[in-house]
Amino acid sequence: MKMNKRKNFGITAYIILLMLPIYWLLNMSFKTNQEILGQLTLFPHDFTLANYATIFTDPSWYSGYINSMIYVSMNVVITLLVALPAAYAFSRYKFVGDKHLFFWLLSNRMAPPAVFLLPFFQLYSSIGLFDTHIAVALAHCLFNVPLAVWILEGFISGVPKEYDEMAYIDGYSFPKFFVKIFIPMIRSGIGVAAFFAFMFSWVELLLARTLTSVDAQPIGAIMTRTMGASGIDWGVLSAAGVLTILPGLLVVWFVRNHIATGFALGRV
Amino acid sequence: MNKVSNNKAWWLVLPVFILVAFSALIPLMTVVNYSVQDIFGPGQAYFVGTEWFEEILGDERLQDSLGRQFLFSAAVLLIQIPLGIGIALMMPTRGKRASVCLIMLAIPLLIPWNVVGTIWQIFGRGDIGLFGWGLNQLGFDYNYTANTGDAWATVLLMDVWHWTPLVALLCYSGLKAIPEAFYQAAEIDRASKWAIFRYIQLPRLKSVLVIAVLLRFMDSFMIYTEPFVLTGGGPGSSTTFLSQTLTTMAIGQFDIGRAAAFSLIYFLIVLLVSWLFFTAITHLDKQK
Repeated sequence: MKMNKRKNFGITAYIILLMLPIYWLLNMSFKTNQEILGQLTLFPHDFTLANYATIFTDPSWYSGYINSMIYVSMNVVITLLVALPAAYAFSRYKFVGDKHLFFWLLSNRMAPPAVFLLPFFQLYSSIGLFDTHIAVALAHCLFNVPLAVWILEGFISGVPKEYDEMAYIDGYSFPKFFVKIFIPMIRSGIGVAAFFAFMFSWVELLLARTLTSVDAQPIGAIMTRTMGASGIDWGVLSAAGVLTILPGLLVVWFVRNHIATGFALGRV
Repeated sequence: MNKVSNNKAWWLVLPVFILVAFSALIPLMTVVNYSVQDIFGPGQAYFVGTEWFEEILGDERLQDSLGRQFLFSAAVLLIQIPLGIGIALMMPTRGKRASVCLIMLAIPLLIPWNVVGTIWQIFGRGDIGLFGWGLNQLGFDYNYTANTGDAWATVLLMDVWHWTPLVALLCYSGLKAIPEAFYQAAEIDRASKWAIFRYIQLPRLKSVLVIAVLLRFMDSFMIYTEPFVLTGGGPGSSTTFLSQTLTTMAIGQFDIGRAAAFSLIYFLIVLLVSWLFFTAITHLDKQK
């Protein structure tokens, strides 16, 4: 019992430390700039929603959120569509070059995005996709597709092969079996893969910023741009930061029951 | 699982192959192409062989930034892996408290990286940030924009805050997969806490720890956005890591040949070190 108390104390202390910087951001976002710069206060004395109002009424701010959402959703859809059949193939069949292909895919997860910066910029400019959402979505596939294939392969390998054979005997064609029977069986795996694709696409900035200028500019780029100007509007910046945390919270809520298996990438 | 040999499976892999080839092979070939040429303008490119590589390898700015990068990644691994295991061991295993813990732990991972930088930029400031203000009140002369040591400490602390939850979540899922019978057997043997950890929990954590070490090494080695927002690489160039040096070279100065040679060396280092980690860990596995 004594051991448990110590454990509880430890984990509580850690979570408090973990939440402290976020609490501070939240605190700042409800303050006026006079209060922020005037005196350090632990909670807003002069509570205001003006910072949030600025973001929701100024198109140059809120369009950033919309742009980010668009390319992230595109990326998740593309990633899942191509990764599902590939993961099935890797899990069920031997074919020429399968191992090499798998390792080559994974090696792309190790490529620093900075390496691809210049060629991506030129590639997407030359095919006329610069400053579009699809360009960022495709660029993010570089690290999301290998990861999704890897995660899904783990989950699919956990489904006994007898199911495939039974469906075949029952007269299902492959596409029908895949959509009607197989996908529902690995839906937690799909959820986890989507979660990771969302996560890495949502948090990435370097590629997203380089491939866009106006029409598809992500919220992160808008935030860093305002930072260079003299006299930073700390209140609005904090509010913008808080708003970028919310979509993540929403997604994590949906997969909360699968987080534990999900983080082991389906392979424990 | 015994797999069936079937080359038609290539059709299922083809979309992935095309997509990744488009977004990885073409750019990589472009980089290789640039790295051996001197380009003055359209149609005015000259083959220079390994000149850029020789120049880059002798570049002091690059060597410094490479040294800093290795130091940073080593510190990240040394702090985050043990800390993550410790946190995973402390976490409640079931019930509502467990899911609350999991969600809280996942939050830092879902914050955009530039916002992580912003959070710590605000949090660490002496005038408006709780952390910086608190340290100053305690009598420390803390200022992350002026002192090299403070800047390093803040970047490291930020990374620990940001990524230790990933290690903890990985270890937690590894621990959850240990069957109850193992602990019951340990109880019958009157094994100590340490013995349980050393001979039951740690060996079972190995597969997730491989993932954790590899992910943390790769991602810390590519770090760009967070220190860029927090310190801008300063003071001086004390927190400028490889990605930032490369980005400045490629986009800022448009020094294409040199940046391309740099890119290839960078990529090769990541691949090599990841491979070393991977073989070292799997080799240890075989010795037992």
